[in-house]
Amino acid sequence: MNGAGIIKGMIETARNLAGSYHDKERLTTVQYPEETLPPVENARTIPFLVYDGGDAAAGLRCTACTICEKECPPQCIYIVKDMAKKPDYLGKMQLHPKVFDIDIAVCMSCGICVEVCPFDAIKMDQVFELSTDDRFGGLLWGIKQLAKPNEYFQKLHRTEASEIDARREQDRRKTQAAAAAKAAVPAPAANLPPPANKGAAA
Amino acid sequence: MSRLDQIFVLTGHWLAGWAPAALRPLASAVLAIACIMAVFATCFALTTLAERKLLGRMQNRFGPNRVGPCGLFQPVADGVKMLIKEDIVPFSADKTLHFLAPIVLTVPIWLAFAVLPFGRNMTAIDLDGGILFFFAIGSASELAVFMAGWSSQNKYSVVGAMRAIAQMISYEVPLVLSTVPVLMLAGSLSLNDIVAAQGTYAFGWLARWNVFTPWGLAGLFLFLIAATAESNRSPFDLPEGESEIIAGYLTEYSGFKYALFFLGEYVGLFAGAGLGVTLFLGGWHAPVKGLEWAPSWLWFGVKFAALIFLFIWARATLPRLRLDQLLNFAWRFMVPLSLVNLLVAAAWYWTGAWPFGGAAPIRWVLCAGLFIFPYHWLGRALRGPLPPPRKYSYAE
Repeated sequence: MNGAGIIKGMIETARNLAGSYHDKERLTTVQYPEETLPPVENARTIPFLVYDGGDAAAGLRCTACTICEKECPPQCIYIVKDMAKKPDYLGKMQLHPKVFDIDIAVCMSCGICVEVCPFDAIKMDQVFELSTDDRFGGLLWGIKQLAKPNEYFQKLHRTEASEIDARREQDRRKTQAAAAAKAAVPAPAANLPPPANKGAAA
Repeated sequence: MSRLDQIFVLTGHWLAGWAPAALRPLASAVLAIACIMAVFATCFALTTLAERKLLGRMQNRFGPNRVGPCGLFQPVADGVKMLIKEDIVPFSADKTLHFLAPIVLTVPIWLAFAVLPFGRNMTAIDLDGGILFFFAIGSASELAVFMAGWSSQNKYSVVGAMRAIAQMISYEVPLVLSTVPVLMLAGSLSLNDIVAAQGTYAFGWLARWNVFTPWGLAGLFLFLIAATAESNRSPFDLPEGESEIIAGYLTEYSGFKYALFFLGEYVGLFAGAGLGVTLFLGGWHAPVKGLEWAPSWLWFGVKFAALIFLFIWARATLPRLRLDQLLNFAWRFMVPLSLVNLLVAAAWYWTGAWPFGGAAPIRWVLCAGLFIFPYHWLGRALRGPLPPPRKYSYAE
């Protein structure tokens, strides 16, 4: 009969109307500011700097090699090296950044800085509520805002962080073993590959 | 009961009584105009909210729920937004026509309310040819739509305006034809008389609304479909089809002019719904005997709200038609069916004189059959022969 489809459709929408009031399952809307979806591990927004231990100034993994600064397509990273060297996790003396700024208004979230970093020092964050009323200073993030502990990284990207931690632990063991061997038998120098290459392979 | 029923009439008289005797007719006219505009402008605000809420719910969404409790102040926010938006007039637009179009659309639509009976003794002007006035005034909106489209100097606007003209003229015919049976059987063009004709009770309890007859039921649906098309609402919203022509004739309108078009569209819908209530749903009469204690204007309001809900419901459900489907539907289905409905009404009138017992069911079956067969076959013809099964040359 003509119009049967129309009646069928009308019944369907009427059922939606009644159903959406008693069956909350039907409403798929997430009412954002009040409720949010649980974060997804693969979500990536802007970069942040990882540090080990409790002190951001001491534990920053970044060695101010400026590879990310050079690779960044929109050139939103600005680094000033601090020439005073500090030992890294293997005990090797490394430079570190005096200034590490990311203009997050310019950052295009490509993640190339993360790919090129040989020290696992820069990783992608998941923050997205970044709006501010100060579009210059408020969007230019320095070390203070960018540095976040390794535990935070663990929380965001569990798989990747665990993998990196395991590798770094292994490197440290190897270095310690080599140092012990060197102390015991001074003759053959430990021809370990530098840890930097390993980091780049990731 | 009668005090409550006549509360607006009595208040109006009392207020007009303050004016000097010479100015009393003018005062009561102004009062009526002010009341109609206030009530239906409020209705407009509430309907936009209700529509968005209901559309949302019918699509398993929340709808607006941010401004005020349950989003109740959303219309206020919308109004403020519309008022403070920049009013952009295209550089090459015909400035005068561009300015006049929303006014030409809105003014006649308000005039249409002058002849609608909203309750017992609540008709602003009781014209003898009320329904003629209604349709004559209502057809002015076509002019406004074309003015808007033409003056905007925009291809989308013109395409939208052409579509609107084609659609409105096509659906004007079934809209008027579907009301003719009512006029025939009431024997009057005055809306007050039409309402009065539906005021008695059949079998001692059921009101004699036109919708309780075969031709009335069919006529109501023909009327509602045509009214939907007249007011450019989904599923007949081709003139504003967003996915095809941006906003049709509204493309170059912004700010308060756009709001006026929006208002005109909704108020036109209200006028259509009000006329539907008056012609088919017994106007301000109660549906069954024993419910007359409720004030007449309340009955009008309830039926009016029900029809508006029906419009919203249809909008939430039905997809937009294509232009050829739309015009075929008007000329090859709606117009013949409304002509058939005239015959059905005539048959109903003649069989009403049958004296023998048990005539009522036979009458019903006869008249319903007279309508349903053409309905079925016209629908068939409209659909056309089914296409042959598809042949695939390369795919297996």
